[in-house]
Formats: sequence, structure tokens, C-alpha cells
Amino acid sequence: MRGRLWRLAVFLFVVGFVLNLAGVVGHVLVSSLARRWFATPLPGALTTEWYAYAWREFQLDQVLGVTLTVAGTVTAAALVLGFPAAYLLARHDFRGKGPLLLLFFLPLLVPQMTYGIPLATTLYRYRIGGTVAGVIAANLVPMLPLAIFVLLPFVEQISVSLEWAARVHGATRLGVVRRVIVPLALPGLLTAGLLVLVNTVANFELTFLLSGAGSQTLVVALYYAVFAAGMRPIYSVDAMAVIYMAVVLAVLVLALRLVRPTQMVFRLDRRD
Amino acid sequence: MITSLAFRLTKRFGAKVVLDDLALEVRGREFVTVLGPSGCGKSTALNLLAGLTQPTRGEIRLDGVRIDGLPPERRGFGMVFQNYALFPHLTVGANVAFGLVLRGRGKAEIAERVRRMLELVRLTGFADRYPGQLSGGQQQRVAIARALAVEPRVLLLDEPLSNLDAKLRLEMRGEIKRLHADLGLTSIYVTHDQAEALSLSDRIVILRDGRVIQAGTPAEIHDRPQTVFVADFMGYRNFFPLTVASEEGDTVLARAGALALRGRTVVPLRPGDAAVAAVRPEDVETTTEPPGPNVVRGTVRLTEYLGREHGVEVALEGGPTLTVRLAHPVTVGSALALRLPPERVVILPAEDGAR
Amino acid sequence: MRVVSLLAPSVAYLLVMFVFPFAYGVLLSLRPKGGGVSLANYVAFFLDPWQARTIWVTASIAVPNTLLTVLLALIVAYAMRGGIWLERTITTMLVLPIALGTVLVAEGINGFYGPKGWLNQALLSLGLAEPTRLTHNYTGVMLALFVQHFPFCFLMLLGYISGIDPALEASARVLGAGPWAVFRRVMWPLIAPGVAIAGALVFVMNFGVFPSAVLVGQPAGATRTIAIAAYQEAFEHYDMSMASAIAVVMGVCQLAGLAVILFLRRRMAGTGVATMGAGKR
Repeated sequence: MRGRLWRLAVFLFVVGFVLNLAGVVGHVLVSSLARRWFATPLPGALTTEWYAYAWREFQLDQVLGVTLTVAGTVTAAALVLGFPAAYLLARHDFRGKGPLLLLFFLPLLVPQMTYGIPLATTLYRYRIGGTVAGVIAANLVPMLPLAIFVLLPFVEQISVSLEWAARVHGATRLGVVRRVIVPLALPGLLTAGLLVLVNTVANFELTFLLSGAGSQTLVVALYYAVFAAGMRPIYSVDAMAVIYMAVVLAVLVLALRLVRPTQMVFRLDRRD
Repeated sequence: MITSLAFRLTKRFGAKVVLDDLALEVRGREFVTVLGPSGCGKSTALNLLAGLTQPTRGEIRLDGVRIDGLPPERRGFGMVFQNYALFPHLTVGANVAFGLVLRGRGKAEIAERVRRMLELVRLTGFADRYPGQLSGGQQQRVAIARALAVEPRVLLLDEPLSNLDAKLRLEMRGEIKRLHADLGLTSIYVTHDQAEALSLSDRIVILRDGRVIQAGTPAEIHDRPQTVFVADFMGYRNFFPLTVASEEGDTVLARAGALALRGRTVVPLRPGDAAVAAVRPEDVETTTEPPGPNVVRGTVRLTEYLGREHGVEVALEGGPTLTVRLAHPVTVGSALALRLPPERVVILPAEDGAR
Repeated sequence: MRVVSLLAPSVAYLLVMFVFPFAYGVLLSLRPKGGGVSLANYVAFFLDPWQARTIWVTASIAVPNTLLTVLLALIVAYAMRGGIWLERTITTMLVLPIALGTVLVAEGINGFYGPKGWLNQALLSLGLAEPTRLTHNYTGVMLALFVQHFPFCFLMLLGYISGIDPALEASARVLGAGPWAVFRRVMWPLIAPGVAIAGALVFVMNFGVFPSAVLVGQPAGATRTIAIAAYQEAFEHYDMSMASAIAVVMGVCQLAGLAVILFLRRRMAGTGVATMGAGKR
């Protein structure tokens, strides 16, 4: 009986939380479509013109271009740099592996505001700050370790004997990588790629600290729009928010085909 | 000490019937084994008895008192799990003491009982180790000690030996048998291994797709399987589809082409019935008799050295293959005359989609 | 030798882009605007109540929020350990705020919980006279952080808890443990390390709160967090040296929080055993 009540309370809480989420997202969605909306359950008349307005006023073509450039470049770089590192960490034990793992883990653990300010200071000093290159360089700092840690278990589960078998049957080192390891690690590469992609699109702090005019991504542009609420109709800000949501959701839907939701957060390994 | 555990249980998951009206009465001190292939519902039966899952329908009575409404912690059973399920954060001693602590026993009593239990499973001196530091066999012994420490009214064992290697399995089998007898336990044991079932049990229940196929003493099941499925499970390796030609009492003659076999029946068969003759490899013998019923000829196709004997695969005239065990080596390609003793041949009704 | 060639690019990148800036920042914080090498920045920070107060402000958001988030996430994840109806749908819904990020959640909260939002409309129609003020204050930041971090913490703990062999719980039950005893004697000792890690991560994120504190809070007053103070020094006063000093203070506070959590974890574990999952060979 007490167990039932307990479960009911938990269930109600979860329902409440999900409703609250629906409300948070739903409000943005409805507001973006409203001609005017003021203290009524739903707006009186609907329109899609705020999207055109937001596209024009916030120069979203340019912002979207930057966002995709940044996200695409960061993802590619994270995989290209991260895969060899993940392979090595999965296959070899060596002295200093522990500290090395810590080095990879720190950018994920330390909040971006904490290391973003020194990083921004450095990059501005070398005149990379404020450019698209600076935004990419900064975002790669947490995304490279993310890619490595997502790839690690995927590489670990590829049996070494498969590599040996390929070698015995005449494959060169490079052939083993090309014909055995990469094909088998493909799900991992896809998963890591999508996770990095979605995280980069949504990554705020580092991009915010490093971007200048012309190198803002969608989420930073959205921040400025919300921050300066009142300068432009809130409906157009919400239209921009919906466009941002659509971009994130497009990647997220792809990502969730490959990973369970519990894998979207840090992997807590119980074998410590 | 209990005198009887009687239950009748049905479990469905959605439309799937996992356990279809499994009814059994276990007497005190009895060792009953539920035997069946994986997915037959045997573990579900055990979980229902323990109260870990709820039956769709049915009841459980312990000495006549219904206990199916009780949560697992109030049934007073002991349970041993396939993967041991030892608490990794507790020492061996604390694992064994777990149930006693929850029953509020005194410190001294618990210490004494833990010591006795560990002695019983031959792990004296391991009390301060952690489960992770023990071998598989030792872990399973701790799990048994933990279940026995609370003096369970019924001991439930869920494939306790299947994670152990062959040698250890044999050793632990003896251990379980000894404990059951010495402590006067009432045990229900679940396994897919016929050798375990035969050696341990007073009674065996064979389960398939949630239904009881046959129940009886080990000897009954071993010698008088009622279906091809049970025969297959009990080590009959050779099966020949035949048609019953004539019957006299509990022996029948059945034929298919040139092959004619006389054998015992367990289930009555009449001339014209489709049947399957089953025989164990070790029951076939070489012969010098002339061809006739139960005497077959063939060519040795494959031999395997098995230590004390030789496993031989013989291609019979007319097609079928016979697997036999012989005391003497034979060469591949040589001709062989073999006798299938009628008293060792079991003739069973053919089933649809047999075996 | 090959080992180095595979790992070198990643390591070099992090050394140049993470370790070096960090070290550079620390050094820079010791070279205040006025010149020379001194602790002047730190002294100034702690002597200026307007600045020093941000530590207290941030802690008063981060600590209660972490406790609440972890506690509720633990309860819900524990209750869902055996799988529940619509689990996949629910967990997918919960990923949304993580994926969408702080800015969007902040904007949504401003709308939904705002004075004209659906929640206040519903409360008013239930007969409450005044709209409750839930945004652009402390409550707003708490809400935003909770919406953001509860799913994070929950998913992390759910993954952790569902990794525990269900047979452990079953065997504890058969041995006589009721639901509460199962939690206290078996599950909690096994979950505690995961709770500590989840709590540490949530705390650290909470302490660095920036966009929510600006967009849903009162960045000039009640929710002027330490991250805002650092940002203002860097990008409004262009005092990179002072900004770095504040970033260092923020980092030290986060470390202190981690230390407290690890200390508590030691204390709570009691036995101090780290043989997690050892029973599974």
C-alpha cells in the first residue's frame, strides 16, 4: 500500500515534469506563431510572418551558415583527432595513462565559464578571438574529449583477435585499419559524431565568449535576442528559438536512433 | 520443518503463457527438480514461489496455509541464484549474516551461526574477504551458506551450477546433495542439465513451454520417457521414425522399409500408428546374429576415442545413421552388425514437429 | 613510438588550448592592471562587497539546487529501476532540455512561467488573485537550473542503477529485507558512488551558472553570480587580469564543493570499500 502511494507520487512528479517541459517548449512554439498574444490561453490569430521577420532581422542565413560551419568542422576534427587517441587508449596500457585520461576528462568536468575566460583572454591576445576559427578552436576543447570517451567503449569491444586474424590473412597495418577497425567502429563514429554535433550546436558558453560580430552561432544569436528582449517583438525572438530547436531536434532525432537516452549524459562506469 | 508445499500456478505475460497451470506438491525433506530447456518457464516458477513475481492465477500453500499473498521477505524461503547474487559491498561474513541481521538476532548468535555456516560449506577463515576476491565455486558456496543461515522452510535453487566449470560443477553437486540430506532440507531445484537432475532429485518435473510434460522419479523418467522430447533430454541419441506393425502387451514391432525394431512402449500404441523408436548409444551392442528384427548392418563412418570407450557413427543400410558406444576400437569403413536389445529400445508416439 | 604518433595530436591540442590558457590565466590574475606581480586582484575581489557577495549568491543557488536535483533524480531513477510504462518515451522527453541547452530553456521558462504564461493563467483561473512572480528572480534561476539538470542527473543515475544486477535485490528480498531495508542495506551502498559523481557534476555546473542567471534571473541583483562578475570584468571593463582572478576563485569554489562531496561519500560509505560490481566476475 505504501509502496503504491510512493510509486504514484513518483509517477505524478514525472508527469508534472514532462508537462512542464511541454509547457516550456510549447510556449515558445505557440508564441512564434502568434500575431499577438496577451494573457489568454491561446493567441487570437496565428501567423507565420515572424519567421520571415526573424530570418531577415536576425540575419539567420548568415548565422545558420556559421553554425553549420562550426558544428561540421568541430565534429570532423573531433573524430579525426579523437579516433586514433581512442583506439590507442582502448588497446594499450602505458605509464601515464591515468594522468592522460584526467587531462581528457577535465575539459568535460570543469565548467566552460571557468576555463572559457582564460581561454578567451589567450585567444583574443593572439587575435583568434572573435573569429569563426576561434569559435571552432574553443569548441574543440570539450568536444575532442567527448568524442574520445564516446568512442572508447566502441573500440574496446572490437576484439584484438580480429586484427590478428586480418594480419595473419595478409592485411597490412593500414589495411587492418581500413578494412577491419573503421568498419567495425562505424556505429561508434556515427554516435560520437552525432553527439558532438548536437552538443556543438547547443554549446553556449565557449561560443559566447569567443564569438564576435559575424561569428555568432544560432544559440548565441538567440541569447542576444532574448537578452535584448523589447528591442524586437518577442514573437520574432520565439520564431528564432523555434528555428534553433528545429536544427537541434533534427540532429537529436538522428542521434537517438543510435543511442539510448541514458547515454546522452556522462557514462558512469561502475567498474572503478 | 515443513510437511508440504503445494502450489498451482499460471503466469502470463500479455498473450504469452509462460507457465500453464503448473501444479505440484512437495513433501518435507523432498528434493524436487524442475527440468527443462531455457525459456520453458522453470525460472519463472521459482520466482513465483519466492514471491519475486506475481502469478496471473493460482495459489501457494505451505503446510496448508496460503502464502501467495506474502511479500518475498515474509515467506521464510532461501534462494540460491545462478550468478550467486552476493552483495559486493559486504564481506563474506556479512553476506551470510544478512538474513539473520534482518531477523533481529543477537550479535553473538549471528557470529556463531555465520561461523557454523561457513564451516558447513568449507569456507572457514573466509569471513573477512569480499565476494570479488573469491573464485566462482567459493562464491556459490557463500551464496548457499547465506541461504541456509536463515534456516529456510524451503530452499529454492535457480541453476546454481551453470556458471561453474565442469569439474567444479561435479564437486558442488555432491556438496548440495550432502547439505540437503544432512540438514533435512526441502529443496526445489531448477536446471536444464539432466545429469544434475538425475543425480540430485527425489522427483523430477519436466517442463516445456510452460507445461509439465512428465513427472516422476529419476529412474522412471530415465527409463520410461513418455515423449520424444523427454527421451531426447534423457540421452536417447538415436531416433527412427517407424510405423507400428504389431503389438503384444507393452512391446510392439515397428517398421520402416528394411528396418524392423521391437521395443517397449510406455504409452500404448496400436498397429498403424506413427511412432519413433529411441535408443541410447551405450545400449547398442555388436552381434554375430543373422539379420532380423533389431539386428542391423552398416558401415563405420566415424570413430571417436572417448577414453573408456569408442564413439562410433554407423551408416546403416538403407540410409539412417546410428550412433553407438563400443568397448573395442573399429576402423572407419569396416562393416558392422549391431543389435538393438528390445528391452532397451523405447517406442514412442510420433509427435508433430517432433523434438 | 607509434603510440605517441596516435595520441600526440589530441594531447598537444589540449595542452595548447586547455592547459596553457589555464596556466596563462592564473599567471595573468597575479599581474593586476596597475602593474607588478601581486595578489591585488584577489584582495580587491574579496574586499569589494559587491564582488565578494557573488560567492554567497552563487552558493545559495548552487547548493540547494544540487541537493534538490540529486534527491529527486535519485528517487525517480530508483523507482524506475525495474523499467516502467512508456520508459523510452519519458527518457527521450527528458533528453530535450539537455539537448536544447540553457538559452532556449531560459526563453521558454520566461514565457511559460512568466506573469502572462500558461502557469499563471491556470493559477489565476483557480482563484489566485495575483500572478505569482516566478521569473526574473531567484526562483526563475532555480527553475531553469532544475529543468536543465534534473534530466541530466536522472539519466545518469538511471544508467547507473540499471547496471546493478537485479538478482541482488531479489536475493535480499528473499532473505527477509523489506523494500526499505533493500534500499538501505544493499542498493544505497552500491548507488552512493554514482550519486556522489552525479552530485559533483551538477554542483560544478550549477556553480558556473551564467546564461540562466542572466536571462531568467536578476543579473544586476539577486542572481548576480560569480560567472557574471567574471564576464563583466572581461567584456565590459576589459580587465582580463581581474576576470582571470575571478575565474580562478570560481574554480577554487568548485573544487571545494567537489572535496566536500567526496568527503561525504567517504563518510557515508562507512566501510570505505571500493569493490563495485566485483560480484560479477
